[in-house]
Amino acid sequence: MKKSKFDLAVGLFVAAGILALVFLAMKVGNLTGLETSEGYRVEARFDNIGGLKVRAPVKSAGVVVGRVDSITLDSQTYEAKAILRIDQNYKFSKDTIASILTSGLLGEQYVSLEAGGDSVYLGQGDRISKTQPAMILEKLISQFLFSKASESTGTSK
Amino acid sequence: MNSVIEMIEGLGRSVLNALARLGLAGRFFLAILMVIGVPLRRFSLLVRELYFSGVRSLLIIVVSGTFVGMVLAIQGYEVLQRFGSAETLGVLVALSLVRELGPVVTALLFAGRAGSAVTAEIGLMQATDQIAAMDMMAVNPIARIISPRFLASVVSLPLLACMFSAAGVFGAYLVGVKLIGIDDGSFWSQMQAGVDFRLDIVNGLIKSLVFGVAVGLIAVFEGYYAPPTAEGVSSATTRTVVTSSLAVLMLDFVLTVWMFRGLNG
Repeated sequence: MKKSKFDLAVGLFVAAGILALVFLAMKVGNLTGLETSEGYRVEARFDNIGGLKVRAPVKSAGVVVGRVDSITLDSQTYEAKAILRIDQNYKFSKDTIASILTSGLLGEQYVSLEAGGDSVYLGQGDRISKTQPAMILEKLISQFLFSKASESTGTSK
Repeated sequence: MNSVIEMIEGLGRSVLNALARLGLAGRFFLAILMVIGVPLRRFSLLVRELYFSGVRSLLIIVVSGTFVGMVLAIQGYEVLQRFGSAETLGVLVALSLVRELGPVVTALLFAGRAGSAVTAEIGLMQATDQIAAMDMMAVNPIARIISPRFLASVVSLPLLACMFSAAGVFGAYLVGVKLIGIDDGSFWSQMQAGVDFRLDIVNGLIKSLVFGVAVGLIAVFEGYYAPPTAEGVSSATTRTVVTSSLAVLMLDFVLTVWMFRGLNG
């Protein structure tokens, strides 16, 4: 008789623990949607990826359509090779442009895909040929300063 | 001059003693692992220990989780609203709970609530020769007494940590959304965008599993090797709480470095 009291209480305890885990997974975490669906991988090469990270979102028109799977450096061309995993519900044409943008002024960086007009779609293992590297703030500032400097020397002569 | 030599000798002796104790604990751990199948086969042994360690700790875990979440929400809101990003409160609370506070605070509370009780129980059994009597009857006390208590701690700590985190998120929801008035939708959606299942929740679970092994081992070890006196049992109980708290915090540092360093690389 006493044993059954333990059994019930322990059963409830374990069930409550698993319930809490499910709550964490579903409501707090993001175990739903994109993560579970498979998708296809495409390759994009960038001159500079800036602060792009693995698992950063891939967006098209602001909608998350995939994630960055891996980032490596191609030692032949010295380009950054990013593998993007895109949800298989979304199809993008061959001449899609991939660019690295920043969400907000200080936000995280993500890959933006702008669809082109080609009728052939990207598939597993394809490569996005048109890419735009990340904007590096320091480079922009130095470019701006140099152009200002050359401007002022030009006008003084 | 002599006193200096004595001091150095004493230092060396205490270091050697500590090392020998560590070795003993390692051997004891192996002995437990050898018979870990027994409480799995005789399930009622495990269920009884789960009741005393897990179910009885439920109230303190859920209540403290709720209050920790509520405090986190108030403090987090205080800072975040200066940057006009009070909506990210959900991420802040959920990440700190799931990654750190859930496993760590649960393990600390568990060491105080259940670990000390296990040590006192086993220590008293040892002091009243119950364990020696069992040995005489050809019942392996490690299989019958020690391993169910150890396994119960390993099983119940991750479950309790999940409940702690869930209660904390609920507490933060109460304060953040119901009391302060952060937008309900963005609270949850920001949280879901910021918390990753594999990276955050599973890593937190792994942490609490490791803490369960550490706290359980320390509790049964201190009890089993407690000097068979009233004073011995009481100091063993104290040592359980102190050693497990230190072990949990140190292990947490090691695990955090291993899991979350290079996350942004």
